[in-house]
Amino acid sequence: MNRKQKDMLRRILISAALLVCLQLISAQQFSTIDSLLFPGAGRWLRLALYLVNYYIIGWGTLKKAFKGIMNRQVFDENFLMAVATLGALALAIYENGDYAEAIAVMLFYQIGEWFESYAVGKSRRNISQLMDIRPDYANIEQEGHLIRVDPEEVEPGSVIVVQPGEKVPIDGVVAEGSSALDTAALTGESLPRDVEPGDEIISGCINLSGVLKVRTSKAFGESTVSRILELVENAGERKSRQEDFISKFARVYTPAVCYSALALALLPPLVRLLFMGLAPLWGVWLYRALTFLVISCPCALVISIPLSFFAGIGGASRAGILVKGSNFLEALSKTDCVVFDKTGTLTQGVFEVEGIHHSTMEEEKLLEYAALAESASSHPISRSLQKAHGREPDRSRVEDIREISGAGVLAIVDGRQVAAGNDKLMKQLGVEYKDCHSVGTIIHMAVDGKYAGHILISDMIKAHAKAAVAALKELGVRKTVMLTGDSEAVAEHVASRLGIDSFYSRLLPGDKVEKLERLLAEEKGGGKLAFVGDGINDAPVLARADIGIAMGALGSDAAIEAADVVLMDDDPLKIAKAIKISRKCLGIVYENIIFAIGIKLACLILGALGIANMWLAIFADVGVMVLAVLNAMRCLLVYKL
Amino acid sequence: MKKTYKIDVDCANCADKMERAAAATPGVKSARVNYMALKMTVEFQEGQEESTVMEQVLKNCKKVESDCEIFL
Repeated sequence: MNRKQKDMLRRILISAALLVCLQLISAQQFSTIDSLLFPGAGRWLRLALYLVNYYIIGWGTLKKAFKGIMNRQVFDENFLMAVATLGALALAIYENGDYAEAIAVMLFYQIGEWFESYAVGKSRRNISQLMDIRPDYANIEQEGHLIRVDPEEVEPGSVIVVQPGEKVPIDGVVAEGSSALDTAALTGESLPRDVEPGDEIISGCINLSGVLKVRTSKAFGESTVSRILELVENAGERKSRQEDFISKFARVYTPAVCYSALALALLPPLVRLLFMGLAPLWGVWLYRALTFLVISCPCALVISIPLSFFAGIGGASRAGILVKGSNFLEALSKTDCVVFDKTGTLTQGVFEVEGIHHSTMEEEKLLEYAALAESASSHPISRSLQKAHGREPDRSRVEDIREISGAGVLAIVDGRQVAAGNDKLMKQLGVEYKDCHSVGTIIHMAVDGKYAGHILISDMIKAHAKAAVAALKELGVRKTVMLTGDSEAVAEHVASRLGIDSFYSRLLPGDKVEKLERLLAEEKGGGKLAFVGDGINDAPVLARADIGIAMGALGSDAAIEAADVVLMDDDPLKIAKAIKISRKCLGIVYENIIFAIGIKLACLILGALGIANMWLAIFADVGVMVLAVLNAMRCLLVYKL
Repeated sequence: MKKTYKIDVDCANCADKMERAAAATPGVKSARVNYMALKMTVEFQEGQEESTVMEQVLKNCKKVESDCEIFL
């Protein structure tokens, strides 16, 4: 609680206590002092005491209302409450009746304001705490002592020390030590990641076990943690249609209700008096008009919608999904077409030996020959062979390596003539080869001029890719499309294995934008198209889609920059999760809009008919606000989605 | 030229009013108030002195919502 809130709470308590005491003494009991002083003294004393109470609780509001009028900002809630309570007070003075109502209305209004301020402050703190990955200091070793410095002062290339339990403040490379890192704050992934000297390390992770010395590679301002914080903090600036609707609605609503209240106070009594020949009943209609004013405060609406979005974005970022604005959260909930980039998104972008077929010798041996023959190359294919072989190749066993461009290599390994390459190479050598029924890059092997089998190398499909596509279908995504620069055979293989509806292969980066535009043109009925890529060479496509989703963004600045939604790790299942979070959040937003407007309108009608009194009006104002705020906070709960 | 300022304001509707008041101030190209983060982002028009514009923004905001604050 801040100072203002404490002060208000004190006033609320004093005023409430005083009100209860005053209520215990009836107007008759006050009149008993008339005989001691002068006639009417009891009535005046009673009025004075109630006025003191009104002053305690309502003075701030009266002052604000007055300032508002001076600044020609008449129709705000302070003005409404001031008019409503002063009106009720005047009615009570006139009738020597129930002052409690005017004071209670003001009291409840203040309780509502206080609660709003408290709840919003609390949720603001909660959400910021969830997102608080900001490191406060960095440790630097100086003359054998560790000293704490502001991370902003650390220059790139310095060595910092990260002790167990501390946050990594700046991106860098591990220079000494090994440890496990908790990346949950960034990725939502609870499994710790092991790091050793030479590994890249990202700021915002928490060091779990060992002391690490890290050579920083970036300044603090450019580090992952700073960029993410900046992104999350600025997320509220791009507003969704719902938020704009609500602020426009509030702008019209308050004056409209004020004029209606005025009409309600004047027209029915006049009609009764002039046309129907009945008693005008000014008091009754004035009371109804005042009830109207109390209901008219738009705060429940205006607070709950941005709060829902804020909580939704906070909850999503806790799950490793950064959403750059509530407009994107809104768009995400309407996704009906998801376009994937293949490499790095559905597949790992890492080539691996998937199989060895038709081998005439031990498979291990064939792999060894291939690895040795390719040992001079640094091509990803040759690296994947080395990796599958698992040992550092002994170069001394290889001689006379000849690369035949676009076909493969010839070499002498252990004195045997080894040829490793594609079908062209086999044709050149006049070796009969067997085609492979699997899809991928195929390395045919010939040893001593005879076919010795082939090795199948392919890009590995990510573990969750299939489940991710299925989850999207389950969410009602109409269409899934895959774009790739790879060959048709590979594209078809991946698409059919994952259950993707259609694919386009052999695309250059420019073609991808063109294809995406064609897909965008097919979207109708407000459906949105999301493109998922790794942000490495598809930034233009990310920017062009309704929602650009970049994945595996840890450490990739380009992706964080270009995308609208950033998945911190590279798990494609998060796409479905992001959509689920957005739908839940939007659901709550609509609930709040309908609930708040509905109750207010209902109370307005009841008030006009004279069924609703001030007490119900106060519920319509304060109660609805409290419920809407509590409902909005549900957006934070996204773990089980 | 864009700059972000910390603000203090009590209710969402008041934040909305501040946004409109700030955006209507001469020299301001656009203004956005993020009530949840208590921040105001102001984009200035070309060749405007930020500090003088912001003083006027604060004055205008105080007019519509006497209880607000912008930390310049």
